[in-house]
Amino acid sequence: MKILVPMKQVPDLVEELEIDSSGKRLNRDFLKFKLNEFDEHALEEALLLKEQHGGEVVVVTLDMAEADNLLFTAIAKGADKIFKIPGNCDEGIDCHSAAQMFATAAKSIGFDLILTGVQAADDRDGQVGMLLAAFLGLPHVSVVTGLSLEGASAIVHKEYAGGVMAEFEVVLPAVFGIQAARHTPRYAPVSKVRQAWKTSKIETVDGGTVPASNGSVVNRMFKPESGKRAELIEGSPDDVAGKIVDLLKSRGLL
Amino acid sequence: MGITKPIVIEKETAVVDGVDISGAWNRMFEQRVIWDYDLRHMEKVTALEGGESLGWCYQCAKCIAVCPVDIVGDYGPRKIFRKLQTGMDLLESSDLWLCTTCMNCLRVCPKEVNMVEIMPAAREQAILDGKAIPDELQKAFDNISKYGNPQGESARKRADWVKDAGVPVNILPTTKKPVDVLWYVGSYPSYHGRGKDAAKAMARILAALGIDFGILAHEEKEDGDSVRLAGEKGLFEMLAEENIKVFNKYRFKKLVVTGPHEYNAFKHEYPKLGGEYDVLHYTQFLAGHLEQLKPLLRKRVSARVTFHDPCYLGRHNGEYVAPRNLLKAIPGIDVVEMFRCKENGYCCGGGGGGMWLDSFSRDFTSERLSERRVREAVEVGADILAVCCPYEVSRFEDAVKSTGHDGKLVVRDILELIDDSMRM
Repeated sequence: MKILVPMKQVPDLVEELEIDSSGKRLNRDFLKFKLNEFDEHALEEALLLKEQHGGEVVVVTLDMAEADNLLFTAIAKGADKIFKIPGNCDEGIDCHSAAQMFATAAKSIGFDLILTGVQAADDRDGQVGMLLAAFLGLPHVSVVTGLSLEGASAIVHKEYAGGVMAEFEVVLPAVFGIQAARHTPRYAPVSKVRQAWKTSKIETVDGGTVPASNGSVVNRMFKPESGKRAELIEGSPDDVAGKIVDLLKSRGLL
Repeated sequence: MGITKPIVIEKETAVVDGVDISGAWNRMFEQRVIWDYDLRHMEKVTALEGGESLGWCYQCAKCIAVCPVDIVGDYGPRKIFRKLQTGMDLLESSDLWLCTTCMNCLRVCPKEVNMVEIMPAAREQAILDGKAIPDELQKAFDNISKYGNPQGESARKRADWVKDAGVPVNILPTTKKPVDVLWYVGSYPSYHGRGKDAAKAMARILAALGIDFGILAHEEKEDGDSVRLAGEKGLFEMLAEENIKVFNKYRFKKLVVTGPHEYNAFKHEYPKLGGEYDVLHYTQFLAGHLEQLKPLLRKRVSARVTFHDPCYLGRHNGEYVAPRNLLKAIPGIDVVEMFRCKENGYCCGGGGGGMWLDSFSRDFTSERLSERRVREAVEVGADILAVCCPYEVSRFEDAVKSTGHDGKLVVRDILELIDDSMRM
């Protein structure tokens, strides 16, 4: 079983996000990046499957910011091979292009199963996994919260809105968008990450060429604007609690 | 080797002093010597570098009487030894994360069983083996390795407190000027709301004394001592290398720190990695300037004050006098000692990674160590619990509230008390 985990970095909210003068994109001067936390769950699920069933976990990422550290951290956690798709993505990349590059790379790396994070905190349209499956012509299930392998199939649990769950049996190969791994993603001890920097090698894999304008177009980017319908309740905690209770009662919710 | 069963002695007929005690109830277990036990789990710990001394325990239990965790729970070095004999795997046990490395056990141990080395070694092994780390601690490790502080804040905001200090603070990465004192501020004084109060007070005191000092601002990173003791030695080494590199960029005579954990790191651990500095805790530095300081302390602070000895200033580094001398120099203050003080000072629960394990240890203790300590301060009738470790203000303020003493006991850093007394 060869499990491929494409991983992405997203802007780190530790720094204030600023919009650049074009009004359409983030000012990237002071932007820090971090691994998309859903991708961390995808990697964890892949490592857990490997521990259960054997096989190998292969991680692939785009060439930007902290890509090398991301890949070596994956090795420290137990990944077997790490790939970087060359072509500077520091200026940001939309999820259509990312999915296309991952699809091209996946074909040349080879895989039995692909696990992506369900979404990322950049575009938030959650499409990388779906597009990747479409480009590869494979079945796809998103918002996966449980995954087990049975022979040539996978049994996956998908979460729907309103607390509804569904169970699917999917013939592999397939692409799943992981919402949450079974466990908290494991910790990579710094000494192991540093060891990986010294002893592991990042392989490169071609992501092909992608059209310059791909996917969605941003017309305007702006900070949330306060709406007119919001009512701010002020006063001591007891007053505020009382007003909330009255409000809930008046709306027939209590 | 499996766990050997004890040999049962049961006589069919037994008469002792003319009394017939035949029957199942005369059953006895033959005395066992240490090698009758399955020692695999014990040897896993004693084979670790730093873990050897656990094997020296002879079960006298002096440690249990002074262990701060046992006082609010069921835990202690002697108990760990015994549990290891009877089948506990320390690397998988919750006991692995309860020690705060306060060192009170080592102080009384006739065999020098050193939990301050054993626990970090065992934790390191567990982390390297990929065993589960308590979530809160893992988050702190992640934040410290990504951002250089446990709060997960931006390095660029590290010196934000300076603008409210009311005195000029020399930012060394900007001025690059040689100074007498490099003040290592630390993560909690830089980012925590109440920690910043102490940082601002320190800046004002240094300015009033006319000290030529500077800070590292965004170039300063968490010292790493507590992550080392929590078992993340690799992260400690990385932080130490980075901090040493930064220290070496600037010219200074003394390194003064706000926190006892930083003091311990810079005094004992950084020299092993090539960073040797003339380091002082702020209480030592200010006590050394007591004659200049005294005339500045004009406002009376009329209060009954008790002082909590930080484990890493007191037991670990033998400094009990400097903080008390500072308190006594403040006019109006009446210093009272708690029952557990100085060498036997009670631990606040924050050391050895405990700062990031409250959500874990609450399942194994009847109350937080900080809550117990707050009760002790209340018992001696203190109005103010004075501290000089940046971990403690938040820990004790939470504990004051959770034990229902809000409004009765106030927690203040010694720096804040001095600063108060300096303002007319």
